[in-house]
Amino acid sequence: MTAPKNEPQITPELVAAHGLKPDEYERILKLIGRVPTFTELGIFSAMWNEHCSYKSSRIHLRGLPTKAPWVIQGPGENAGVIDIGDGQAVVFKMESHNHPSYIEPYQGATTGVGGILRDVFTMGARPIACLNALSFGAPEHPKTRHLVSGVVAGVGGYGNSFGVPTVGGQVRFHTRYDGNILVNAMAVGLADSDKIFYAAASGVNMPIVYLGSKTGRDGIHGASMASAEFDDASEEKRPTVQVGDPFAEKLLLEACLEIMAADCVVAIQDMGAAGLTCSAVEMGAKGDLGVDLHLDAVPTRETGMSAYEMMLSESQERMLMVLKPEKEQEAEAIFRKWGLDFAIVGYTTPTKRFVVKHGGDVMADLPIKELGDEAPVYDRPHVASSAQAVIRGQDVKPPLGIAEALVKLIGTPELCSKRWVWEQYDHVILGNTVQRPGGDAAVVRVQDGPKGLALTVDVTPRYCEADPFEGGKQAVAEAWRNITAVGGRPLAITDNLNFGNPERPEIMGQFVGCLKGISEACRTLDFPVVSGNVSLYNETNGRGILPTPSIGGVGLLDDFTKSATLAFKAAGEAILLIGDAQGWLGQSVYLRDVCGREQGAPPPVDLAAEKRNGDVVRGMIHAGTATAVHDISDGGLLIALAEMAISSGIGAQLLAAPSSIVPHAYWFGEDQARYIVTVPAAEAGLVLAKMKGAGVPCARIGTTGGDAIAVAGETPVAIENLTRAFEHWLPNYMGGTAAWSDWITSPRLRGEA
Amino acid sequence: MKSAVLVFPGINRERDMARALKLASGNDAAMVWHADTALPAGTDLVVVPGGFSYGDYLRCGAIAARAPVMDAVRDFAAKGGLVLGVCNGFQILCESGLLPGVLMRNAQLKFVCRDVHMKIERSDTPFTRGYNAGQVIRVPVAHGEGNYEADEETLKRLEGEGRVLYRYCSPEGVVDEASNFNGAANSIAGIVNERGNVLGMMPHPENHVEEIMGCTDGRGLFAGLAQHLKAA
Repeated sequence: MTAPKNEPQITPELVAAHGLKPDEYERILKLIGRVPTFTELGIFSAMWNEHCSYKSSRIHLRGLPTKAPWVIQGPGENAGVIDIGDGQAVVFKMESHNHPSYIEPYQGATTGVGGILRDVFTMGARPIACLNALSFGAPEHPKTRHLVSGVVAGVGGYGNSFGVPTVGGQVRFHTRYDGNILVNAMAVGLADSDKIFYAAASGVNMPIVYLGSKTGRDGIHGASMASAEFDDASEEKRPTVQVGDPFAEKLLLEACLEIMAADCVVAIQDMGAAGLTCSAVEMGAKGDLGVDLHLDAVPTRETGMSAYEMMLSESQERMLMVLKPEKEQEAEAIFRKWGLDFAIVGYTTPTKRFVVKHGGDVMADLPIKELGDEAPVYDRPHVASSAQAVIRGQDVKPPLGIAEALVKLIGTPELCSKRWVWEQYDHVILGNTVQRPGGDAAVVRVQDGPKGLALTVDVTPRYCEADPFEGGKQAVAEAWRNITAVGGRPLAITDNLNFGNPERPEIMGQFVGCLKGISEACRTLDFPVVSGNVSLYNETNGRGILPTPSIGGVGLLDDFTKSATLAFKAAGEAILLIGDAQGWLGQSVYLRDVCGREQGAPPPVDLAAEKRNGDVVRGMIHAGTATAVHDISDGGLLIALAEMAISSGIGAQLLAAPSSIVPHAYWFGEDQARYIVTVPAAEAGLVLAKMKGAGVPCARIGTTGGDAIAVAGETPVAIENLTRAFEHWLPNYMGGTAAWSDWITSPRLRGEA
Repeated sequence: MKSAVLVFPGINRERDMARALKLASGNDAAMVWHADTALPAGTDLVVVPGGFSYGDYLRCGAIAARAPVMDAVRDFAAKGGLVLGVCNGFQILCESGLLPGVLMRNAQLKFVCRDVHMKIERSDTPFTRGYNAGQVIRVPVAHGEGNYEADEETLKRLEGEGRVLYRYCSPEGVVDEASNFNGAANSIAGIVNERGNVLGMMPHPENHVEEIMGCTDGRGLFAGLAQHLKAA
């Protein structure tokens, strides 16, 4: 083909500016046998960047377990799909929007939420819940407050307006996210299991229809930005951040579901990262077809947009569909009714070529399969993280008494209430929220019941940093445990893998280690990965984030009325500890925020014990024996008990720590595979005997009642004081009140180490 | 009870509302599209549900207030028909001139979703007959712009004529600044028009009608309406 007019010359500088390495450019020349046009270069940069091609991660992702009898669709589509019986399917995925959210927190977060919602309803599902995992820099970092405020408002601004409840999530602060926050958004939808829609086009000469909002110049090279490190000049990338319009998305949702119900759709793909390019190539390549695009028909927001700009725009709230030709008019009428743009912008062809025409010129003519399949794949060098020493409880000198440490810990940024955040999210809309934010997992009713879904997001990045393999295992085990603690049967996960620069062997080592851990846990717990997203290059000025593989878990309750909550239910009930208490202080919040040491090996995860203990707890919930259940995680046993007291107003009288473990390690150690369960006192003996018979470690550690957490031999702590410490830190911090910085003891958290 | 739920683009609590109406009356509500110019024959209750009509762009409720269906609603109200507006619906009713005043941004300038308490000021209206006067109920709110404001003269009339039906209060029923979470004038959560047949309120009674929602205090409003319309 001849080079189109008015396009720049391809130079090595231009190639480099597109994020393509010289050898990658050589690969392009070999593939197409000539110098690419400017538009083609843009298309290659969009398809071959890390974000879209998974070139550094792909070979490692292959090891993840992705199958189970209930998995309808694993990774590779817009979202994963699992069967929950009765002809119903759950469609879900989690995705990051990290770099845009750092540059422009409100819009970055809104478009993150919008993108993931679109992935879910593209498959024919009506979104029923959102969750998110947010990682911010140290509280004292000058940008943190601004970023928290903007991201939370953005997450809420989109979900609230779109009309989906945001029911759960995580919020953390750590100095390693100072220049690179993480915004991971998860969406969960419900569909009929025989009406799932996919991206693969079929049939030649089928009209390709563009739907939704108009195309503008926003977000050009967004995916490329997500594939490079940050530096001090990153602020200048603000124009690459897209702008979200939840109103348009709500209309798009209703219109898409309506035309799907009217049986008009052959294939559908949302325009997310790399917009029109990625979606059109995907539809053609997956269906073994070529695609001819006619850009003159694309609805645009501004005049004079070039082919290059249209192909790379990441304007939001857009969809590409292949329609049944006989249903074209019906589909158009539905879209017009919702006030949305509808245009035929191309046709499928038998040529397996991706041809882009604009103003009478052919702007691109590329082999469609190779655009995706021939993207470079790297087996980047990786080195394992060095093992951390095991820290023994008796070697840690407690700087505070048990009661003082409890009050301090419950008011730290890590453990305090995140109410300030989730009260900005509508978590009751749709009228199906059975368990609101603040519990182990959210529970939402499925339509009119009796089924319910247990939903959670979890990861402990400090464990992943100290030991990627154990940290990866722990993230999955913790998600599994959260679902179990409300009575759900864990079914599948979505993983959102956030790491630093994969070109550094130690970062690649973290990635490989975490993935191995995730795989092992998924396999043992029968908890496959059905969708996910990889976000690399999360570092600024050469400093990487903590490895953060966020795990979004979905579980099923056959009867949502049988879900357990963590609040104590009555005074005088027996408090049982299920699982083995060992007193692991390495990487605990206690060691970091009370002792000022962010050190040691994290608690190991015994997956067999996880499964055994969890299955027993779930059985107790289903049998109606357990009155309250809480899994033990960050902060350890006493923090978990305090949370149960705070949410109920009922205290606890607790036996002293067993003599085999030093008290501070017993109360604040973060041993895994553990739960607190309360049962009526009269039934405690029977339960203990049964546990013994089943070989499950279980001990009675106290009795509910009173208005304080009272450990034998220690000063009781009034629930009122605990609640104040728990609830006040975040509002004080966001309000700029002086008291917010009291908790800081870790030099590393202060950014001094 | 034959209710009609209005659907504007961007409205998102219409299903919650239809479910609550069905629960109270046993009848399915008619879903009425914003571009329609007439209400279904025999309609005896019009509900303007919550959401973000037209994205809340321009000003909350301002665009929806000018939709074709609103002329029919104004006619319906003028003839004494019952109209209930919740959240965005309240904003739309204010913007359409059916209720006085305006809903400004919350005093804290943030969207708030939480359970709040409301005091029932009087029980001798179709909208409150399911409750006792002085009763305190718990219902969720979910809004960024619910801070009710009107000029002094209007507020005086609203109070003087007993048109404030719902007021934010503490769990014990004390009306004070601490429980007035969005900064509304006189802690106003819900008001009626002069004739008493049009109610606007910010909280969402439709989200507290089943045990699974954690509370059923919202039922009284719908049960009262169903009772009233059955008697009529």
